[in-house]
Order: sequence, then C-alpha cells, then structure tokens
Amino acid sequence: MATRAPGDLAVIPPHPPVRPSPGVHRRLLVHRLDVKASPYAYVAPFFLLFCAFGLFPLAYTAWVSLHDWTLLSDVHKFVGLDNFVALLSDDYFWNATFNTLSIGVLSTVPQLLLAIWLAHLLNRPLKAQTLFRVTLLLPNVTSVVAVVVIFSQLFGRDYGMINWMLSWFGVSPIDWNAGTATSHIAISVMIMWRWTGYNALIFLAAMQAVPRELYEAATIDGASGMTQLRKITIPMIRPTIIFVVITSTIGAMQVLAEPLLFGIYSITGGPDRQYQTLSLFIYEYFTKLDFGYASAVSWMMFIFIVVIAGINYLLTRRSRGGLS
Amino acid sequence: MTPRGGTSTARTLTYLTLMAVAFFSALPLYYSVVVASRDNSALADVPPPLIPGGNLFANIARVFDTVPFALALLNSVLVSGAIAISVMFFSTLAGFAFAKLRFRGGKILLVVTVATMMVPTQLGIIPLYLLMVKLEWTGSLYALVVPALTNAFGVFFMTQYLSRALPTELLEAGRVDGCTTWGLFWHVVLPVARPAAAVLGMLTFMAAWNDYFWPLVVLTPENPTVQVALSTLAAGYVSDYALSLAGTALGTLPLVIVFALLGKQVIGGIMQGAVKG
Repeated sequence: MATRAPGDLAVIPPHPPVRPSPGVHRRLLVHRLDVKASPYAYVAPFFLLFCAFGLFPLAYTAWVSLHDWTLLSDVHKFVGLDNFVALLSDDYFWNATFNTLSIGVLSTVPQLLLAIWLAHLLNRPLKAQTLFRVTLLLPNVTSVVAVVVIFSQLFGRDYGMINWMLSWFGVSPIDWNAGTATSHIAISVMIMWRWTGYNALIFLAAMQAVPRELYEAATIDGASGMTQLRKITIPMIRPTIIFVVITSTIGAMQVLAEPLLFGIYSITGGPDRQYQTLSLFIYEYFTKLDFGYASAVSWMMFIFIVVIAGINYLLTRRSRGGLS
Repeated sequence: MTPRGGTSTARTLTYLTLMAVAFFSALPLYYSVVVASRDNSALADVPPPLIPGGNLFANIARVFDTVPFALALLNSVLVSGAIAISVMFFSTLAGFAFAKLRFRGGKILLVVTVATMMVPTQLGIIPLYLLMVKLEWTGSLYALVVPALTNAFGVFFMTQYLSRALPTELLEAGRVDGCTTWGLFWHVVLPVARPAAAVLGMLTFMAAWNDYFWPLVVLTPENPTVQVALSTLAAGYVSDYALSLAGTALGTLPLVIVFALLGKQVIGGIMQGAVKG
C-alpha cells in the first residue's frame, strides 16, 4: 500500500469485490465528512464574527449615510447624497481633516524613521538585549488613557515637567493645549511615545531575517553602518516597511482617544476645534445622535484612508529605485 | 564579529542612545507614580517633585471613593479574561486548519484573514452600536466580549507557529490510531500549541484591558471597565492630578509589571507574528 497523506481516506479495502457491510460504509462516510468539513468548521468562527461585527457594520454605514437617521426617531428618511453635500461645505469637517493629516504626518514620519534607526541599533550583538526590548515596549503596554493622563500632566502649562525643562533654555511657559501647532505636537508626542518601540521591534524582526553574509561582504568593502542601513537593510525589509507604513497610516487616520482625553473630554477637540480629528468629529455627531451625518463622515474617512494608504504604498515601493 | 564592524566608540554611542531611549520610555511611567504618591499642593513646587512621596495609598483610597473602581477592575478582568481564553481557543483551532489541514480555498482564506487586519473597522462603529441596541447589549459586558471572541492577528499568529512547530508525522500517527480531526486537535495540537497560545493569550489580555473607545461608547459610567473609569476620573477631576494618576497607576501598573516579568516571551511572540507581516 502507498503511504497516506493525513487528508486521505483512512481505509481502502485491499480486495474491492468484497462488499463492505452497512456499518463500515457509514463509518467511511462519516470519516470522509470529518476530513472534508472539519477545516471549514475550524476557520468559520473567525469569518462569521468578522462578517457580523466588522464587515457588516462597515458596509451598513454606507446605507445609514444616505438617510436622515437619528436615534430619536424610528423613521429614517432617505435623503440620497444630501449628507455628503452638506459635508463638503462644512468648515468643521475640513478643519478636522486638516487636523487629522497634520497630526498624522507629525506623529508617523518621525516615528517610523526613529523606529528603523532603533531597530538598526538593536540588530547587533548587544549586552542586555532583552532589557532594552522590554523597556522599549513598556509604552505600548500602557493604555491610551493612562498615556494621555500622564502626558497631560507633563504638558501642563503651570506645573508641567516639560515647560519646567524648557525654562532652562529661557523658554517662557507654553500653553500646549491652546494653540493648533502646540496641541498637534503634544498629541503627536503621545502617539510616538506609545508606538515607536513597537514598530522598532517589528522592523527588528524583519532585519534579523536578512542574510548576515550581505553585511560581512559590505564591511569588507568598507561600507559604513549608515551606508549598510540605506543600501542593504532598508531594501531587504521593504515588504515589512510597506506593511508598517500602511497600518500606521490607517491608525493615524483614526486617532481619537488622544485628542478626546487631551481636551479633557472635549468632543470638539478644544474650544476652537484646534485638535478635533475626523474620528472625534464622527464621535461628536454620534453623541448628538445624528447617525446619518456621522456615517457620511465615516465613509469620507474610508475614502481618505484608501487613497492615502494607496499613495503611501506607491511612494514606499517607488523609493526602491533611489536606494539600490 | 559584529555585522557592522563597529568600533568601540560606535558601540559606546549605541549603548548611550539605547539607554537614553529606554530612559524616556520608562520616565513617564515613573513620573506617574511620583505624582500619584504626592498630594496636589506638592505638584505646584518648582522644581517639580522627582521622587515618590507617601500619599499613594491615601490617593488610591480616594479613587475607590470617587468612581466604582472595584467594579471596573472586576469587569475588566472578566472581559479581558473571557476574550483571551476565547481568542486562544479559536485561533489555535483555525491555525491548525490553516497550517496542517488541506482544504479547497484554504490558502486564499488565509490571505483574506491577513487582509482583514487592514480594514478600518472602527468606521463601522455606528451600525455596530445600532446592532448592540437591537440585541439589547448596550451597557452590558456582552457588547465588549462577543465581537472580540476571535481576531485575525491571533489566527495568523497560531498558523505561523503551528506550521513550524507541529510535526506532520505526529498527526499521521494520530490518524493511524483512529483519531477524528477533532481528536487530533484535542490530543495532538493543543499540547504542542500551548507555549504560543500562552503568549497570544497575554497579548490579547493586554489589548482588551487597554481598549478604550468601544467600551466608552457602549458602556455606562455606572458599569465601567478600568479605562472608562479612568477617563471619568480624569475628566471629572481636572486639577486633581494626584487622584487621576493614582487611578492610572492602579489600572496600569499591574499589567506593566506582569509584562516586564514575562517580557521576553511576549516580545518573542510579537516578533514571530511580525516576520511575514
């Protein structure tokens, strides 16, 4: 008899003419069903839950966005694209879009550059590797609420540690919360603090898969550490960079808890909406129970995310030519 | 030999940089303990206090007086624990199927699973809320647990692990002994999967513990999780930093300490899950 793969039928009668008894026949059938159907049954829970609580709500958002839909009334009037038309001439919407992009760039670009550099530093034989890695990841284990509460204190105008340190250089106390630029910087620092170490570890994992011989050859050729990072490491880990850039972009577009809590629960993102992000804008209309309008914003955001993630994907891919 | 042939000054610089980064990673957490253990008047000092004071327990007691923090802790433990156990189970099950069972469409389904990680599901939060209203789960822990029972990261993570760590011969031997597929899962796969599942459970527990927006939307301040209670505290007692940071320390530090102790395994887990991402 030939050897069997695990998915094959278990019993193949050596002498076909003998008719199997009904019992054997049934066992064969059950076995066959078990082998064929079990894999689908095992992966089904994930797909069912994702469809019910992930995909369906996302798609249903589109339907809600075409209605005048509030929780206060059971009648949801179909209004076509009215919500979207209103949105396009809503200054607060464009303000939130600007804030989201500004905070997104301020937090993501320095963060990813720093993360690659840190991963590069960690990707060599070092003492206390584990200690460094664990400390790097501490901020990511800290909840977003804790991060903002802690940093709001650090960024405090009167008694905050950061203004105190700046005062050594003759800088007069900054009201971080009040200005557009200063609040964006403060929020970006919180995001960076929480995510840089995590992304550095992801990059490090990819870097460790790069063959050592490449570096050895480059060292013999006299290439410096920075040159090796640019010419070998970055091209070799490009798929991971693309993945991280896209997930970071998606994350940055959805920033919500940081501005909400930094503004001490201000759903408008500060008195002048100086740091209201798009997610916060959605939440504002959610709390006003205007679900139709909030859903329209959600869909606009979805389009923004797809476009920006797409642009970033192309940029990250194209930069290959410049590097290698 | 170091891959980059660093000189000793370069090595020193590397260590100094990493130490600086480690310092700034830990500093805010340390400082939160300093503030949490002081009384508010001390925070107005110039320079600000840099070492912990003696008021930590008094401040923690005030936290319990101000918000239902005991209930919040219980809720968070229940929710995070239930989610962690469920994710460990379903991820191992699906990971087993993807890694070791051959079935039509399996490869494509795995790709789809990974792709779902990039779907911004937060944008569907309004219909999700409407769904919870229909199910009458608003204000209840079901609203947090049920949507989180599985996730794509877990499935992918266990698939990666099992395709490496689970010998196919072991499964074949199980088949010869007459195991059903379920029998194989129970007797062969689960014991092999245990170390990776433990890491996954830890990661999931932490993520669920730290989740903020959805609990905020769907729960009430009377029946909160730790994060919701903390935000109530921070929003309601703006100038009382000692109070809100005592709550923060209480809700965060146990997790941070457990992480620091098990850090090596958790980090190994994150990096393994990342390689093919």
